[in-house]
Amino acid sequence: MPKLAITNLSKTFGAGPRAVTALQGVDLAIGDNEFLSLVGTSGCGKSTLLSIVAGLESHDEGEVLVDGVPVDGPGLDRGVVFQSYTLFPWLTARQNVEFALKEAGMRGKEAVDAARDHLKLVGLDGFADSYPRELSGGMKQRVAIARALSYRPKMLLMDEPFGALDALTRHHMQELLTRIWEQHRLTVLFITHDVEEAVYMSDRVAVMSNRPGRIKEIIDIDLERPRHYDLVASPRFQQLHRAVLDSIRAESIEVAQLGSALA
Amino acid sequence: MPAKKPRSLFRLTATITRAQFVGISICVFALLLAAWWIATANEWVRPLFLPSPPKVLARLGELAASGQLWQDASISIWRITVGFLISTAFALPIGVLIGCYKSWEAIVEPVVDFIRYMPVVAFVPLTILWTGTGDTQKYLIIWIGTFFQQVLLIMDNVKGVPWDFINLGRTLQMPERRILSRIVVPSAMPGIWDSLRISLGWAWTWLVVAELVAATSGMGYRITTAQRFFQTDLIIGYILLLGCFGLATDQAMKALGRRMFRYMAGR
Repeated sequence: MPKLAITNLSKTFGAGPRAVTALQGVDLAIGDNEFLSLVGTSGCGKSTLLSIVAGLESHDEGEVLVDGVPVDGPGLDRGVVFQSYTLFPWLTARQNVEFALKEAGMRGKEAVDAARDHLKLVGLDGFADSYPRELSGGMKQRVAIARALSYRPKMLLMDEPFGALDALTRHHMQELLTRIWEQHRLTVLFITHDVEEAVYMSDRVAVMSNRPGRIKEIIDIDLERPRHYDLVASPRFQQLHRAVLDSIRAESIEVAQLGSALA
Repeated sequence: MPAKKPRSLFRLTATITRAQFVGISICVFALLLAAWWIATANEWVRPLFLPSPPKVLARLGELAASGQLWQDASISIWRITVGFLISTAFALPIGVLIGCYKSWEAIVEPVVDFIRYMPVVAFVPLTILWTGTGDTQKYLIIWIGTFFQQVLLIMDNVKGVPWDFINLGRTLQMPERRILSRIVVPSAMPGIWDSLRISLGWAWTWLVVAELVAATSGMGYRITTAQRFFQTDLIIGYILLLGCFGLATDQAMKALGRRMFRYMAGR
C-alpha cells in the first residue's frame, strides 16, 4: 500500500464564468520512504495539490489517502515546510522547534532534547538561542525543516522550500536535505520548479501539465545513492535532466502558443 | 589614494549617524526658538499676540510655584490615562476579532468606518447633554476620538499576520482559539503597540478639545479662562507643555516597545 495515494483529485476555485479549475483528475501514489518531486510551470496547481494533501485546502472530487485513511484536515502525521519563512520572530530557533513539539504533545526534557537533536541534525546547534532576524534565509529554512521533522510526522510536504534562496545556499540545502533523507528515510513530497533540484534529490519526478493540472508523466530517477554533487555532471544525470525539462517545456510552449492565438 | 567618500547629508538613501540625527533635530528646535525670540525682542509682533520666550517661561514658573500648574496637569493626565485605557480596552479585542474573522469584519467595520468620519468636535454638545460636564464627558470624547481609529488600525495589524503562520498552526492541529492566542496575537503585537502609540497622540488633542468647551478644571479649561484675560503667555506656555507631554509619552512608548520587541530588527 502506498504511503500517500491521490486518486482522481479535482479542485475548482470560484464558481460561474470566473471559475478556475486548478486540478483535474490527478492520480499519484508515493511509496513508503520515497522522495517524490512534483515539477511544473508556474500556476499549474502544484502548490494547490500540496495544500490539499496537507489538509489546508479542500477538494471537490477524488480522494487523498495517507496509509489508506482519507485526509480530513491538517494533521501531525504530515509535516509541512512552507516557501515563506514561517519562523516566529519572537521565539529563538530552539523555542520555535519546541513550540511545535509542545503543540504535538511532547513535554519537558523530552521536548528540549528533541529540539536540540533536530537543530543538530540541520547543523544549527550553535544557533539555538538566535532569533530569526539573526539567521540567514537558508538557516531559517533549516530551522523550519528541523521543526517539521522534530515531531516525527509520517511524511514531509515541502512547498518550494528553497525557492527564495540564492543559488549557492540552495545547493547547500539540497545536499543537506539529501543527506538527512538518506540517513533517516521518510516519505517526502517536494514541490519545485527547479528541474536540477528535483532530479538531484528525488527517487521519482512527477511532471504536471498546465492548468487544469494533472500528472502528465512520472520519470524514474535511477541514480545511485548516496548522491553527491559531482553527480550533476554525469551523463545519466544530464539525460534525466533533459527528459524532465523536455516534458515541462512542451507545456510551456503550449502556453505560449495559446497566448499568441488569443492575441 | 583612498576613494572619496560621498559626504552629502542630502543624498537619497544616505544614512547618517545617531549623533548627526540628534544634532540636526536639536538645531531645528534651537532655530525656531531663536526666531521666536528675535521676533519678540524686536517687537515685530505685538506682545499681546506673541509674548516673548522669557515671559512665557516666567508665567509657567509662577504657575508652577503656586501649584496651579501641577493641579491642571495632573487632572488632564488622569483624564487622558483613563480615557485612553477605556478606549484601548474596547479596541483591542474588537480589533483582533474583526481582523481575524470576515463575518465580524462585515458586522463592525462599515459602521466603524462611517462613525470615524463624523467630526468628533460635533459630538461635544451631545456628550454634554448626555453625561454633563464631569469627567465622564471627557472620557467619552476621548473614546469617540480614539476608539474608532484604534479598531481599524488594530484590524490591519492583525490582517498583516502571515497566512502561513496560521497554516503552520493548523498543521500542528492547534485549535482555532489557540492559534489566535499563541500565534496571531503575539505576531501582531509589535504593530498593535505602534498603533496604540499613534492613537495616544490623537487622544491628547481630543482631551484638550473636551476641556476647552466644558470643564471646570484641567489644562484646556485654564487655556479658555486665560483667553478671557488676554493671558497669551499662559496659553502659549500650556500649548508648549502639552506638546512636551505628547512627545514624552510617545518617546516612552517607543522605548518600551524597543524593550518588549527586542527580537525585531531595526527597532
